[in-house]
Amino acid sequence: MNIMENIRISFRALAANKLRSGLTMLGIIIGVAAVVALMAIGRGATRSVTSSVQGLGSNLISVSSARNLGQTGAESTPLYYSDYQAILKETSNVNGISPSYQTSAQVVYGNNQSQFTITGVRPEFASVQAYTVAQGRFITDGDNTAESRVVVIGSQAATDLFSGLNPLGHDISINGINFNVVGVLESKGSTGFFSTDEVILIPLETGYSRLFGGRALDNGKRLLSSISLSAVDPNMVDSVISQVEYILRKDHGLTLRDTLPFTVTSQNQFISTLNTITGTLTAFLGAIAGISLFVGGIGIMNIMLVSVRERTREIGLRKAVGARRSAILMQFLVETIILSLFGGIIGILLGAGIAGIVTLTGLITTYVSMDVILYSFFFAALVGLFFGIYPAYQAASLRPIEALRYE
Amino acid sequence: MIELENVSKIYKLGQSEVHALDGINLQIQAGEMVAVMGPSGSGKSTLMAILGCLDTPSEGVYRLEGEPVEKLNDNQLAQVRSRKVGFVFQQFNLLPRTNALENVMLPLLYDGIHGKARAERAKTALETVGLANRMHHHPNQLSGGEQQRVAIARALVNDPTILLADEPTGNLDSKTGDEIIGLFQKLHQERGQTVVYVTHDSFIARHTQRIIRLVDGKIISDEPVVHPHPAGTPRPEEAEEAKLNGGHTKPVRHWHMRSKEKHA
Repeated sequence: MNIMENIRISFRALAANKLRSGLTMLGIIIGVAAVVALMAIGRGATRSVTSSVQGLGSNLISVSSARNLGQTGAESTPLYYSDYQAILKETSNVNGISPSYQTSAQVVYGNNQSQFTITGVRPEFASVQAYTVAQGRFITDGDNTAESRVVVIGSQAATDLFSGLNPLGHDISINGINFNVVGVLESKGSTGFFSTDEVILIPLETGYSRLFGGRALDNGKRLLSSISLSAVDPNMVDSVISQVEYILRKDHGLTLRDTLPFTVTSQNQFISTLNTITGTLTAFLGAIAGISLFVGGIGIMNIMLVSVRERTREIGLRKAVGARRSAILMQFLVETIILSLFGGIIGILLGAGIAGIVTLTGLITTYVSMDVILYSFFFAALVGLFFGIYPAYQAASLRPIEALRYE
Repeated sequence: MIELENVSKIYKLGQSEVHALDGINLQIQAGEMVAVMGPSGSGKSTLMAILGCLDTPSEGVYRLEGEPVEKLNDNQLAQVRSRKVGFVFQQFNLLPRTNALENVMLPLLYDGIHGKARAERAKTALETVGLANRMHHHPNQLSGGEQQRVAIARALVNDPTILLADEPTGNLDSKTGDEIIGLFQKLHQERGQTVVYVTHDSFIARHTQRIIRLVDGKIISDEPVVHPHPAGTPRPEEAEEAKLNGGHTKPVRHWHMRSKEKHA
C-alpha cells in the first residue's frame, strides 16, 4: 500500500463529509491566518520604527543628562555648554556636533496659537539631525553671534501655524517675543511617533539671552538639554561614544568606577532597543495566534476521534481483509495531515489577504515574510501530525473482531 | 488443513467468565466443505473468528496448514488473513461510496499488489460470482444478493485456501440464499477451496459434505452428509407445491427478510 493510495483513500473519506471536513479545517485556517496576519503587522511595525529612527540622522549619537530618563533620587548632574566645548575640542572621527537646549513655549501667529517645543541650535544641527531646508535658509553662525531673533520651522509646524500660507518673512511670537521666519524645513516623511516635523528652531545664543531665562543657567553656567554627534561612519560610532564618555568623566571629575550621570546612546542602540520591544510584541501576538492554532488542532483531534468511532466497522473490515496496523495508522494520519495542510495553505492565503487589507487602510505597512509563511505551513503540518497520532493510533489498535461487531 | 486442539475462548463479563468455546477439538481437511450449525450464542461466530485469525483462542492450539497461529504477531496474523483466508459476513460489510470493483480490490491493496494487476484480478473475481456487468455500481445500487456476491468476490480475490462464511445468507431471502450456497458449492468444486459455512438453515446445511453442531461452545455432533443437495435443489415446501401444481414450480414468493440474529 503506497502513499498515493493512502492519499486517495483519505481524500475520498474527507470528501464524503464535506461540511465536517470544512469546519474542522476552519480551526486551522483561522489559527494560521491569525499567525500570518499578526506577524505581518508586527514585522511591518518593526520596519516602520526602524526606518523612522534611521531618518533621524546617520550614525547619530546623543548625549543627555541622565535625569532626562526620569531617574529620581540620584543626584542629577546637568549637561553644561562647557561639556559641548570640551567634546568639540577633543573628539575625533566626528562629522558634526550639535548642542541644543529645549524649552516649551507658547507660539502665536495671527489667530493660531499652540504650545511647541522650542529648540535652540547651532548650524550643525541640520547636518547632524539630517534636516534639509525646503524654503529660505537654516540658522547660521552669524545668527548666533548676533543673537538674531530668527526662527526656522518644521513643515508640520508651518502647516499648523500658517495654514498653507508662505511663512517666510513673517513674524511669529514665542512667549511674547517676535521671531522672523527665515526658513522652512523639508518634511522627513511619516516618522511614526517622533514629531520631527513639528520642530521650531532658534539660534542657541538668542535662546540663552532672550528666551530660556534662568532655567537654562546653573550658577551662571549655561545648560544644555542634549548634544548630538554624528560619527564619520558606522564603525566609528562605538569609538566616538567611548571618547565622549571619557571626556565627560574627566570634565566632571569622575573615575571609571563612578556611574556616568549621562546617557550616551547611539541610534543603533536605540533601534535595537526598539526592535527588542516590537520583537517582543510580535512574539506575543504570534503566541496568541499560536494558541488559536493549537485549539484548531484540538478540533481536528476531536473530529478524528469521532470519525474513528464512526468507522469502526470499516476499520474492522480492512483489518479482516489483511490491513496491518501500520496501514490503518497511516490512513488516519494522512487524513489529519491533509486537513491541516489544506487548512494551513488556505490560512496563509487568508492571513496574507488580511495583511494586505490592513496595508490598504494605511494604518501600518504590513510585511508578510517568507519565513513566517514557511513556519506556519510546517507548524500546521506538525499540528496535524501531533493531533492525528492519537486518533490514528486508536484506530490502528482496534481488534478486528470487536471492530467488526461494533454497532 | 485446519486443526483445533482443545480450543477454548473465554470472555470476562464483570465477575463471571463466559466460555464462548469450551474445549473444541476439530479437524477439517483441505478441500472439505463443512457447515456449522447451532442456536444463537452457541459459539459459531467465535469459532469462525478464530478460524479466520480475527481472534485468538484463550486456551488450546489452532494450527492452520500445520502452523500454530497463536505464535504469530499482529502483522503476521494480518498476512494470514490477507493470503490464506477469505471471509464472508452476514452484513456484507462493503465500503459505502466505493464501487464493487474497488471493494473487491481492497484485500489486494493491503497485499501490495499493484494497480493494473489489482483491477484485473478483481474483475476476474467479479466475473466468477456473475457480476461482470455490475462492477461500477455502488453497494446502495445493488440488491442484497448482489452485495453478498461482491463480498464473496472480495473473499476470493486473493485466492485463499479457506473460505469462511458466517451466515452469509442470514440477511437474504431463501431464494437468494439458495443461489449463494450454490455459488459456494461451485467454488468449492471448481477451485477446491476449503469452505466453512455457518447457517441456521438445515436445508442450506445439507448442501455441504459435513455438518458440525455446536451448543454452549461444545461440539454435540459432527456427521457427514450422505447425499449433499446439488445446487438448484428445490426446497421441500416448494417441491410439495410443485407436486400439487403438476410438476411446475411457481415463482418463489419468499421475499421476507429473516430477522437479524445477534451473535454471541
